[in-house]
Amino acid sequence: MKVEHRAEQFKEHSLIGSLLRKLHIDIPLLIGLLLLLILSFMMLYSTGNKEVALLIRQSARMGIATVLMIVLAHVDPRQFQRFSILLYSIGVILLAAVLLVGDVGKGAQRWLDLGVFRFQPSEMIKITTPMMIAWYLSGHEIPPKWRHILIACVFILIPTLLIVRQPDLGTSLLVASSGVSVLYFAGLSWRFLLTSVFSLAALAPVYWQFFMREYQKDRVLTFLNPEADPMGKGYHIIQSKIAIGSGGVYGKGWQGNTQSQLEFLPESSTDFIFAVFAEEFGLLGCLGLLAVYVFIIARGLYIAVQAQDTYGRLLAGSLVCTFFVYAFVNIGMVIGVLPVVGIPLPLISYGGTSMVTLFAGFGILMSIHTHKNILPG
Amino acid sequence: MRRHQAIKDSFLENRIFLSRTVILFVLILVLISGLVARLIYLQVAGHSRYHGMATNNRIKVTSVPPTRGIIYDKQGRILAENLPSYSLEIIPEQVTDMGDTLQRLQLALAIPEEKIEAFKKHRKRYKHFDSIPLLMQLSNTDVAKFAVLRHTFPGVDIHARLIRHYPYAELTAHVVGYVGRINEQELKILPEAEYRSIHSIGKIGVERAYEDILRGHAGYSEIEINAQGKPINELGKIEPTPGADIYLTVDVDLQKVAYDALAEYNGSVVALDLETGGVLVQVSKASFDPNLFVSGISHADYKTLNSSKNKPLFDRVLRGQYPPGSTLKPFIALAGLEHEITHMHETLFCPGYYQLPNNPHKYRDWKKWGHGKVNLDIAITQSCDVYFYDMSLALGIDKLSGFLHKFGFGKKTGIDLKGEKAGLLPSREWKRINREQAWFPGETLITGIGQGFTQVTPMQLARATATLANQGQVVTPYIAERIIDDNREIAVKHPPAKNIELKPSNVQDIIGAMVHVVHSARGTAKSIAKDIDFKIAGKTGTAQVYTIKQDEEYNEEEISFNMRDHALFIAFAPADDPKIAVAVIAEHGSHGGSIAAPIAAAVIKQYLAQ
Repeated sequence: MKVEHRAEQFKEHSLIGSLLRKLHIDIPLLIGLLLLLILSFMMLYSTGNKEVALLIRQSARMGIATVLMIVLAHVDPRQFQRFSILLYSIGVILLAAVLLVGDVGKGAQRWLDLGVFRFQPSEMIKITTPMMIAWYLSGHEIPPKWRHILIACVFILIPTLLIVRQPDLGTSLLVASSGVSVLYFAGLSWRFLLTSVFSLAALAPVYWQFFMREYQKDRVLTFLNPEADPMGKGYHIIQSKIAIGSGGVYGKGWQGNTQSQLEFLPESSTDFIFAVFAEEFGLLGCLGLLAVYVFIIARGLYIAVQAQDTYGRLLAGSLVCTFFVYAFVNIGMVIGVLPVVGIPLPLISYGGTSMVTLFAGFGILMSIHTHKNILPG
Repeated sequence: MRRHQAIKDSFLENRIFLSRTVILFVLILVLISGLVARLIYLQVAGHSRYHGMATNNRIKVTSVPPTRGIIYDKQGRILAENLPSYSLEIIPEQVTDMGDTLQRLQLALAIPEEKIEAFKKHRKRYKHFDSIPLLMQLSNTDVAKFAVLRHTFPGVDIHARLIRHYPYAELTAHVVGYVGRINEQELKILPEAEYRSIHSIGKIGVERAYEDILRGHAGYSEIEINAQGKPINELGKIEPTPGADIYLTVDVDLQKVAYDALAEYNGSVVALDLETGGVLVQVSKASFDPNLFVSGISHADYKTLNSSKNKPLFDRVLRGQYPPGSTLKPFIALAGLEHEITHMHETLFCPGYYQLPNNPHKYRDWKKWGHGKVNLDIAITQSCDVYFYDMSLALGIDKLSGFLHKFGFGKKTGIDLKGEKAGLLPSREWKRINREQAWFPGETLITGIGQGFTQVTPMQLARATATLANQGQVVTPYIAERIIDDNREIAVKHPPAKNIELKPSNVQDIIGAMVHVVHSARGTAKSIAKDIDFKIAGKTGTAQVYTIKQDEEYNEEEISFNMRDHALFIAFAPADDPKIAVAVIAEHGSHGGSIAAPIAAAVIKQYLAQ
């Protein structure tokens, strides 16, 4: 049995197309991602006061992320499967290390200083957790038995709780959802899913009382009633809504934002960049952006359905799901329907760590899609 | 663990997965529709409302500067305060042609070119909707002149700001310090949020060392502004937190006595409260008017100050390093007693010079014909160099250096001000590292009379004197007595007291000899003994500025003023129950006894009279 390439099965005439296939690149996915990167560039040019250094830094990050994606696309998915448990364990150990020796940035311990560069283990765990769960569940019956579900939950809880301790609510949410989504795709019973959702909701007051830090509580309270403190904590959301609402249907045009340029809107190039986008490009622009996200998600789910084995399928499904949670939570918080948690708008916001992780995820998706075996028998 | 691929029901699995994917995709579409619905609500239904908020009545949050804390002296007299002052400010956003505006303003108000240049430089660090000061401390005439022309200068306005003022000017310049405009280097390291509305920062002295305490925290005010950026309504406000007030240990009256006593001499006077270690007097002369720096000093003024041969900007107390001369002798004598090299009754004949065995070089005594037969008491009272040459040679540099180190020589005093120098206490190791040479016995001799490599700051000298007066209880000088934040007193931290193990009788013998310096017929500072009803323990010193060659004689009349020796005096009083320790250095004063000692006496008399 030999790996046979799709490109060899279906002759591709276009030169670029065949090159991309040789590179194990999925063209529709690539087009979607490139669209987002172009938009990101335009937005950063507009919000960053046309600062060239900022654009150069971001392009360097885009370059690194793209290279990582291509490298991962080349790896046979069975290698991911084989190393799942190892990568997951390393991730958990690093998370524990961060709590012990990590750098404190903006009041939370997230970084591990490796001398040459600083590394955020919570980013790595966003991918290795679904890998671990997919590996574990694909080794047993589908749909999973109670026992396996419980063990899988333990695997999800370990990194999630470690990240909550940092404290980083947004990331722990993403890690938990990436793990739970694997369970969902594996056919976790609806009854179990609904029971857990309700029991978690019941536990929320306990969590509020004992685990949430003051600033996290503030964010939730602010979300519930932003006008209570318009000067301080509610300021973000109110300014964000003004920016979005003033954009109207057609927007004020590229670089036409007044709210962020007059510095009414803080963090306009990072977590709140969607507000600037909505101000400049209006409702139509937002629909376009959402369409690009839906397109990428749809293509990702298609890849998941087409995947050959259980592991690839579960992992692909979970990665796409995480991407959606990213976009949904960020946009939701910027337009004021979800509380403010520190999650960037995927592939648009300024910053490198989340982009590298997301591209790594897409690299794995492409690997799953472009390495298809002829099944024995 | 081998996987059970074979027994898995792949048909069931495919079916589950497909249905789950479809359900998820539908759920995603529903959630995204929710986002779209919200966007339509904001951008279509709410558009006119938000558009209005965004363009007509924009809400702007501006930072409100805090009031800087006031600095008082020991008696509650104001050393640094905030006075209202008018400044001419420009909001670049509202100016259509900046070049033209600046040119016309320059003509109308006769603004010097350098102010325009400074404005252009400062402009970069502000947002274009910030109000940036161009000219501070406007005169009433200028305010009136501009009021008439105001309508021709859109975006330019007069604002009332608080400006720092130092009522005692030269007298407290080096201690209190001054605030000045934030410069480029400072900008890089300052927390942006704290300094958003603050234009100046403490540059030297207490203003710098206690910047964080004096500054306070900015407040915010939420202002509705119209399309032109003009404020039309204040909606809400978080008041700024004023900085804390600081009471210093310095007594301005005493400071003035010291400053005036220095008369025409440059130099320094430091006085410490022996009970607490608090700095009562910290005079560095020549001085300058710190008020010149507050709103940006002019090039001409700065050049004058900087190039003056009196070096008025130089803080002599903390950064001036002088040879201690004979003021070091009491400490060396104590080292001799503690190490049992000598005792009070041991005598030596002083012929006016000293020679090392097998070396023709003559180490001179300041008294050409010698002091004759001297014991330790006479050696201190009359400052006999030969006695100390002999004793330090017997002591050796290692013990000498080690003992002086305990009194704080060669290290910073740890005072709560910045920029202090450590002075220099030579040792075998220091010379090997810094000069790559072995230590020579001759160097031990001159170290023994406070010459050679040794350098001390006036603050160090005062601290060592205080430590001696306190029987070896090490004094750490400090300047901030009390910090009052919002009527609450914040504790000022002082390092724990340390003790040098000393034999009390040895200390008494040295203090006794120091009393004889002032209160005996042959004492080098006997001139100050009259008219006082208590005892002062002191020691005179002269520090060589230039070295006399072997066969030359020091002739005061012939050499120029700048080559004359520095005059030093250390003292504490009353000798039997010391309350105050003083160190005086009068640059080029030549004679410790006649020039420096009266200055110290004036300070001590004033303090003990209070």
